[in-house]
Amino acid sequence: MVLPFVLVISISFTDESSIIEHGYLFIPADFSTKAYTYIFEAPTVLVRAYGITILTTVIGTLLSLLVTAMLGYVTSRRDFRYRTPASFFVFFTMLFNGGLVPSYILVKQYLHLDNTIWSLILPFLVSPFYIMVMKGFLSKIPFEIIESAKMDGAREIRIFFTIILPLSTPALATLGLFLSFGFWNSWFPALLYIDNEKLIPIQLLLVRMMQKLEFLTSNSDFISQFGMDMSKFPSLSARMAMAILAGGPMVCIFPFFQKYFVKGLTVGSLKG
Amino acid sequence: MIKTRKPRSEWYYLKKNSELLLLLLPGALLVLVFAYVPMFGVLLAFKDFRYDLGFWDSPWVGFHNFKFFFVSDTAAMITRNTVVYGLTYMLLTTVIALLFAILMNEMGKRWLRIHQTAMFIPYCLSWVVVSYLALALLDSQNGYLNKLLETLGFSTHMWYLETAPWPYILISAYLWKNVGFSTLVYFAGIMGINQEYYEAAKIDGASRWQMATKITLPLLSTLITVLLILAIGHIFVGDFGLHYFIPNDSGMTFPTTDIIDTYVYRALRVNGDIGMSTAVGLYQSIVGLVLVVVANFVVRKINEENSLF
Repeated sequence: MVLPFVLVISISFTDESSIIEHGYLFIPADFSTKAYTYIFEAPTVLVRAYGITILTTVIGTLLSLLVTAMLGYVTSRRDFRYRTPASFFVFFTMLFNGGLVPSYILVKQYLHLDNTIWSLILPFLVSPFYIMVMKGFLSKIPFEIIESAKMDGAREIRIFFTIILPLSTPALATLGLFLSFGFWNSWFPALLYIDNEKLIPIQLLLVRMMQKLEFLTSNSDFISQFGMDMSKFPSLSARMAMAILAGGPMVCIFPFFQKYFVKGLTVGSLKG
Repeated sequence: MIKTRKPRSEWYYLKKNSELLLLLLPGALLVLVFAYVPMFGVLLAFKDFRYDLGFWDSPWVGFHNFKFFFVSDTAAMITRNTVVYGLTYMLLTTVIALLFAILMNEMGKRWLRIHQTAMFIPYCLSWVVVSYLALALLDSQNGYLNKLLETLGFSTHMWYLETAPWPYILISAYLWKNVGFSTLVYFAGIMGINQEYYEAAKIDGASRWQMATKITLPLLSTLITVLLILAIGHIFVGDFGLHYFIPNDSGMTFPTTDIIDTYVYRALRVNGDIGMSTAVGLYQSIVGLVLVVVANFVVRKINEENSLF
């Protein structure tokens, strides 16, 4: 499972000329950190892309957790009169959707969210599957807790924030992790909605890089025209180094959330 | 029938549930705007959309957009690709994930954590990053796979220019990335099973195999069917990232890699064909819906408990 990852790490630390000679290998024939120094020499693009990604991940995850918990909680309350229609309203979107183009036109032409980070966040806040997981988790909380809080005079909103949210830490941690993967790894909305170079998230930078490097390396005339010396640019190892920088952080945070996993991942039934 | 109490008006209940409704509101609004409004957008499939005229004033063209798509040879090819890949992913993931989950249940605590982490790592990565990993393996000049084939005395391949190997590559990539997540969902399901069943079975002298097939699987069946019914709707919605980035959008591989989603994307971004890409998207949504409803109907006929709705 982890072998391809090891290969990429090793390539990113391999000297360019040795790659051309031996190809990609698991153990670098010539160790070199040139790829990383090259990337960090011109950091503005990278830092900006990282910043955009971190910003969307943090805002997106927090907002989405809140909305998911609220929807999951209300639809899990057996005494909520509009429970069935509300559940149907949310879960029907799992079965039918307008497809890519109408959403694209809505976001771009009518809401004018293109070229803002909101186009990367707002459409993805509600995910019926995560609401299902949340609902499954919350329906296991004994109803007596809510009832006794009501007896003590707490109102619904207070019950939600002071009792339900703290009790659902495992579910929130698990979903928070998934949501942050989602926002961190998202490139598709950026591909669709972001043209402004300053708002490009890291994953889209990676997409562009894949395309651009191919363009550069396959058009030697173009390069000589600009007087660039391509032999000095570690294109192969730099590419892999970028992949590591884009994927690494998420791999590193996963182990910290692991203890909540099994408890948090209760997929309940949709019925009701 | 004797009425004991005056029936209360709907207004009374609205007020009584007002605070819960307030909690529901933000999410419901988001769903309305980003999920339901685009549903009306499918009308674009029957229009010749022009940016200058906008949604309402663009002229109606009936089924022209559908005709344009279905008359082409591509329609059959990408539909077949989408369905065959979707079915393969669904069935293989379910079987392998269940197997892994049951095995994980037999594992010691320490191994469990290491195993869990290793399996889950690919799920944290985006398809873009995975496509870089794939490139490290498949690159025709420097790729590891070609070097390996060379050392073993086989002929090398120009992977991104061939059609035949792609089903295997895509299926491996999909399983590599997604099996870990499904395994965890099933493992969580197994953890939810009351341990007393196993203790009782152990006393009765049941083997591990018997416990897996007679206790674990039947008790997981609701979870399995719910996930399967949902997955069936996804058979017709392909994995865009996988099919776009792993073959690196290489035109030579389209016969075996192109699916409805990548086709719609290209029609939209490369050709700017709004009408046709909406039509294809609508075709996708409707078939998906029909598949889920039929699957649910079949499940309900067999065992009402397991159905989704």
